Amino acid sequence: MALLEVKHMTHYFGGLRAVHDYNLAIEAGQIRGLIGPNGAGKSTIFNLITGVYTPTEGEITLNGVNLIGREQHEIASMGIGRTFQNLRLWRHMTVLEHINMANYSHITYGLIGAFFGTPARYKQEAEIEEKSHRLLKLVGADKFADQKVTNLPYGILRRIEMARALAVEPKILFLDEPTAGMNPEELKEMMSIIRHVHAELGLAIFLIEHRMKFVMELCERIQTLVFGEVIAEGTPEEIQNNPLVIEAYLGKDLDT
Amino acid sequence: MVSFFQNLVNALQWGSFYALIALGYSMVYGILMLFNFAHGDIFMVGAYIGFFVATGLLALTVSGSIALPGWLVLLLTIIIAMALNSIVGMLVERIGYRPLRDAPRASAAITGLMIGIILETGNLALLGAQRLSFPPLIATETYNIAGVNVTNKKIMIVGVALFLMLVLHLFITKTKWGMAMRAMAYDFAIIPLMGVPINLIAALTFGLGSALAAAAGILYGVAYPILDPYMGILIGWKAFVAAILGGRGSILGAAFAGFLLGFIEIFTATIFPSTFRDLIAYSIILIILTFRPHGLFGEAYSARLRL
Repeated sequence: MALLEVKHMTHYFGGLRAVHDYNLAIEAGQIRGLIGPNGAGKSTIFNLITGVYTPTEGEITLNGVNLIGREQHEIASMGIGRTFQNLRLWRHMTVLEHINMANYSHITYGLIGAFFGTPARYKQEAEIEEKSHRLLKLVGADKFADQKVTNLPYGILRRIEMARALAVEPKILFLDEPTAGMNPEELKEMMSIIRHVHAELGLAIFLIEHRMKFVMELCERIQTLVFGEVIAEGTPEEIQNNPLVIEAYLGKDLDT
Repeated sequence: MVSFFQNLVNALQWGSFYALIALGYSMVYGILMLFNFAHGDIFMVGAYIGFFVATGLLALTVSGSIALPGWLVLLLTIIIAMALNSIVGMLVERIGYRPLRDAPRASAAITGLMIGIILETGNLALLGAQRLSFPPLIATETYNIAGVNVTNKKIMIVGVALFLMLVLHLFITKTKWGMAMRAMAYDFAIIPLMGVPINLIAALTFGLGSALAAAAGILYGVAYPILDPYMGILIGWKAFVAAILGGRGSILGAAFAGFLLGFIEIFTATIFPSTFRDLIAYSIILIILTFRPHGLFGEAYSARLRL
């Protein structure tokens, strides 16, 4: 059984069919890619799986457990972490606080602990802090732990967002355009960070990306989505040579 | 100089009421981007709940089943009424606002005004039009400190208000729920993806604000022991002004501006005829807001800003 399984998922926004008969099966530890032109419905698929929207039809299971109808926070706690296409950080908080926040569901001390500082709280705080630093090290941002996020460069913020998603202890990590707006240098770093995270934590990764080179190098299997439908699925080589994909991206040759 | 300090004492007392109520407006605005216009009436409900709790406890004392000193009755009244009123606040959120979370803000504002009217008229229908008088739980003692008259009630009111603000501050900075509230204030949509249940945090925010409003209601009842169903309207609007003056969504701002409003009102009344008090006091606030439209502690942003 696959870790994450989506079967025959269809979604309508009013009369607009955004996603049609979408299927996906991700095994533990896989890196998978989702590509497609703008407006193809890639982010919608992320939003459907993570519970932002409820699909009109279809099944979604994580480790065999149904996800449809669950609240977003439940799905997150069950093991799906995600980052966003646009940075979504809290600009008044420090980097470390961002990562700590994601430990919400792991914090068990209550009011009394928080107000009076029970030993249990100090122990747990120390554990969370240690874990946060470990995750920040993993993405190479630990030296910024005590800084407010407003002072940091874009490439670093992207990594912090990833560390925050990892703090939920996901089994599968969704990355929505992790290299959007990055320069070639930052791009290279991001690639090696994703590889590093994948190797260290052994989680599955599902990513949306526009940069072909990035997707082709990183992913084991890739799906191409056009107008809400998967037109091709396969290894990077298969996708690169698929005439339907070439047509979707480059248009049809007039001679044929 | 003596009269200055005398006014200062009075201003602190009024500031305590405004600040406690303004905090409720500001917290809710901070996380849900809406002003709960029923909040003044939630203050009124809190005062009434306090009245019934205090009367009940006194009746028990008189009947001899328990013997409690007045200050203990007051303390218990505050605690019980805060708990009960927080349930009222959470119900208002659940019934009135949660179904409108994705609706235009104007719908939520109108709903708030209507919930306010329902609470006022519901109270009128249940209890009748006569005013109730809040039982005197502690005897007034006046201390003369260098010519300034300070009553034990005023000290108690300001003390309780400051204590509650301290507790709120600890809650917001130290607990995971407080941390979630602060994060939610900046980006609502991603909070659930951190495993945080937004509905719980929203309900909690309403509950906390309403608990503070109940405390304000009881303290108000101690100082001015007459309760009527419309007592929350004017004070509610004034506290709303304080929340705006402090900066929408700013907790520190709401507390500070609540006290500032008390000072401006009291000191305007000492200089000008008291019938002009609100006219002049609120003109001053209008001028402040002209120069700082986002409030004293608010950040200048037109919409919810994302990085």
